[in-house]
Amino acid sequence: MNRPASYAVNGLLLAAAAISLAPLAWMLSASLMAAGQSNTFPPPFFPAEPTLANYRELFTRVGVGRYLANSLVVATAGTGLSLLFNVSAGYAFAKLSFAGRERVLRALLAALVIPAQVAMLPLFLMLRAIGLVNSYGGVIVPALASVFGIFLVRQYARSIPDEILEAARLEGAGEGHIFLRIVLPLLKPILVTLAIFTFLNIWNDFMWPLIVLTDSRLQTLPVALALLSREHVQDNELMMAGAVVTVLPPLLLFLGLQRYYIQGLLLGSVKG
Amino acid sequence: MRIRARWAWPALALMLCACSRPPDELTFWAMGRESEVVAELLPEFERTHPGVHVSLHQLPWTGAHAKLLTAFVGDATPDVAQLGNTWIPELAALHALEPLSARVRGSAAVQPPDYFAGIWDTNVIGGVLYGVPWYVDTRLLFYRTDLLKKAGYDAPPDDWNQWRRTMSALKAQAGPDRFSILLPLNEFEPLTALALQQKEPLLREGGGRGNFETAGFRKALGLYVEMFDRGWAPLVSEAQISNVWDEFGRGYFAYYISGPWNIGEFKRRLPPERSRDWMTAPLPGPDGPGASIAGGSSLVIFAASRRKSQAWQLIEYLSRPDVQERFRALTGDLPPRRSVWNLPALAADPYARAFRQQLERAKPAPKVPEWEHIEDELRLVGERAATGQMTVEQAARELDRRVDAILEKRRWMLARAGSGHGGP
Amino acid sequence: MRPSLAGWWFAGPALAVLAVFFVVPVAAAFVLSLTDFDIYAIADPANLRLVWLHNYVQLLKTPLFWKALGNTLYFVVVGVPLSIAVSLATAVLLDSELARFKGAFRTALFAPVVTTVVAVAVVWRNLFHARYGWVNHALGAIGLGPVDWLGDPHWSMPAIILFAVWKNFGINMIIFVAALQAIPRELYEAARIEGANAAQQFRHVTLPLLAPTMLMVAVVTMAGYFQLFAEPYVMTQGGPLQSTVSVLYLMYEQGFKWWSLGVASAVAFALFALMLACTALLLRTARRRMVAWGST
Repeated sequence: MNRPASYAVNGLLLAAAAISLAPLAWMLSASLMAAGQSNTFPPPFFPAEPTLANYRELFTRVGVGRYLANSLVVATAGTGLSLLFNVSAGYAFAKLSFAGRERVLRALLAALVIPAQVAMLPLFLMLRAIGLVNSYGGVIVPALASVFGIFLVRQYARSIPDEILEAARLEGAGEGHIFLRIVLPLLKPILVTLAIFTFLNIWNDFMWPLIVLTDSRLQTLPVALALLSREHVQDNELMMAGAVVTVLPPLLLFLGLQRYYIQGLLLGSVKG
Repeated sequence: MRIRARWAWPALALMLCACSRPPDELTFWAMGRESEVVAELLPEFERTHPGVHVSLHQLPWTGAHAKLLTAFVGDATPDVAQLGNTWIPELAALHALEPLSARVRGSAAVQPPDYFAGIWDTNVIGGVLYGVPWYVDTRLLFYRTDLLKKAGYDAPPDDWNQWRRTMSALKAQAGPDRFSILLPLNEFEPLTALALQQKEPLLREGGGRGNFETAGFRKALGLYVEMFDRGWAPLVSEAQISNVWDEFGRGYFAYYISGPWNIGEFKRRLPPERSRDWMTAPLPGPDGPGASIAGGSSLVIFAASRRKSQAWQLIEYLSRPDVQERFRALTGDLPPRRSVWNLPALAADPYARAFRQQLERAKPAPKVPEWEHIEDELRLVGERAATGQMTVEQAARELDRRVDAILEKRRWMLARAGSGHGGP
Repeated sequence: MRPSLAGWWFAGPALAVLAVFFVVPVAAAFVLSLTDFDIYAIADPANLRLVWLHNYVQLLKTPLFWKALGNTLYFVVVGVPLSIAVSLATAVLLDSELARFKGAFRTALFAPVVTTVVAVAVVWRNLFHARYGWVNHALGAIGLGPVDWLGDPHWSMPAIILFAVWKNFGINMIIFVAALQAIPRELYEAARIEGANAAQQFRHVTLPLLAPTMLMVAVVTMAGYFQLFAEPYVMTQGGPLQSTVSVLYLMYEQGFKWWSLGVASAVAFALFALMLACTALLLRTARRRMVAWGST
């Protein structure tokens, strides 16, 4: 039992966790403060009298419930659908050889380094032409495929031993069957990772939903959050409450998907 | 069975009608806090104008500009919108706005003489009116009366020389760790206000070239730089001031150039023992009380709107003095109509008095679409001059150079217009 | 179905989406960069002038572009290694058999990633405050003088770097955790039996097997950091004295504040060219290093 090493490892993790969480803890604390209290200097760490008034105001006057629902729909649908697209493509690039694969891969690598904002206006015009503006589809469809996602899955899928796939093919299994029954279970950790990233990206996206959704009823949470930061005055408490509401669903999703990280790749036991 | 089928089609038709948008739904885009408040004023409008339903869309200020651009390009503009009046020249250049001169002439609710002249003027481009002012914004002095009295002055300064003398006395009294005036380096308004106080226009040749090498602007920039050089103002930006109300209360500075929202903020946040120690005063000018920024928002109708009459009704409603007073009470924004200023609430407010006087001397900035970009350069060059990286002469020349580059396309357009090819 | 045909079936949908909703708009943006598309052109297409490479040439003559480039490179050169180091260190700690409460720690370390920049920037502005901020308090506790993080042009970019690393290290950490999980435990066992200690196991077992993932992480992180925008936009608005203006911030100002979309597109493609060059360089150096590694 290596005590000092154990203390060192856990101590470092604790310190890192504290640094990671401290600003968020303050965010939560400020959301429970009365208006204007968080702006005094030095800023207090705990609210003098914790109150849920900010949250109440969020859900009644600001109508955050509607924004929350929109964000949930868009992020969940977008994540689910994009997983289909990205995982199959990532697997294809890793394990299925097809004509021009390497060339397309290099082109994708180039596409990775193009800033997305440059395409915003032409993309908006295109979506308007095909009638996707001002609908959930306008937010979801451009996010269906991501170069990062494809690369992530490919990277992981490469470590699947070819022998397993070959064995299955020799037994007469179709490609679809191999993908669903053999590959997907092996890719679980990376699927979870990609799901979290995709959900986060869509969830936190501010600019694109603002542009493509013209109807107030369809707007997403980050837009609501921006509405809460006043032009001249900084009453942070309401915005902090909004921030806490924005942070909770992805965090809960992450918590819920934790157990998939415990399962290592089947690879290890196959090799042995 | 047959009876049901006979009712099916009309029922379906009824359902479809119910699902489609009501014919007179007016889309209205508003930003920031004003959008939240105006939501409360709309029910009464709908009650008094049956058949018109207003669909309010609240936009955050960050991103509102980009949203307007994409909306115009994508042919998705609303019927009515709130627009910062510095955005009117841009949208007018796009021919996106409906001219309102004829409607105003025929309107009983909107009376141009009732509006502050400088503010009204910000909505007039090339002789055509494009917006109706909704609320106004300007900048003037907030100051500590007790500190000024201790320095030997009973009244706030009227002109620049008096201002200089008071700042000098205040600094002598304050010592090395405190200052006479706070001019955050990230704000463009103070320098812009000083520049607007000059007789010479800031752009020349129809807005095609910068006019910053005039004696007038160099004097304005000179005063701005002097305030830092003499230690009257600290070299800080807003982020470095912990809490401007606390610092004002503590006497870290005695003068602060700010806007109407701070009346309410100071009343709320200053400690009780300081509550009588501050007041507002109009900006001093070179030879007497000076001009200041003509800011604020207007209400506009988009040219692509198919409900312009209803849109105009909404604008008339929001311009009524009683509705404006209700709006003011909820937001703290100042009204653009003198008649609303004469109502008891504002007339009795001692802090608002200086704003009333300043608004009579509000001067619009040059009405070119590139003005916001030019204002940014003005602030950046001012920052460099204030921190001693450029002399006033160098700064003026640099500003003209940058502004001329920004306006190159405009010059080209003006030249084409001159030769009959259509213009801005 | 032959694997080769299946390949197209599997990759096809994603590639189609990318082609239509990414490649086409980007190509359009490239065409825009060859014009002086601005607000006058939006009003009337007749006001559009084809200027070919004029935008790019003008950009090279603009001092602010070079400043933005310098700021961005500063951010990348310091931020990427720092971020990867922190991510790898925390991932290794998490993966260690000695670590307890892994789930809780994982969540805590990932939490900053989940937040929105707008809200957390407010908190960090408080943290970085010259007089009352905790960062300076902590520095004071170890005897270092207070730093004017957000007001001094020399310290503003380090402040942004610290903020960005704090916010983003969790992403790479998660990727590393998944990759570390894929390394078979038997290899560590074998190494231990041969007498290797923890550090040697790390060097000879972990690092080589982690190398491909590290390369991917480096490429993606570098690409992401070149696109620095949200942090300066929210925290410093490019200041003080434009010390935190990044290339994308410049593009945003040109394109969405001033509506000069031709110039904005040129900025974006200039950045793209730079990023492509750096990525190619990184890949080539890494390939050589990995070949050398593989031979040990």
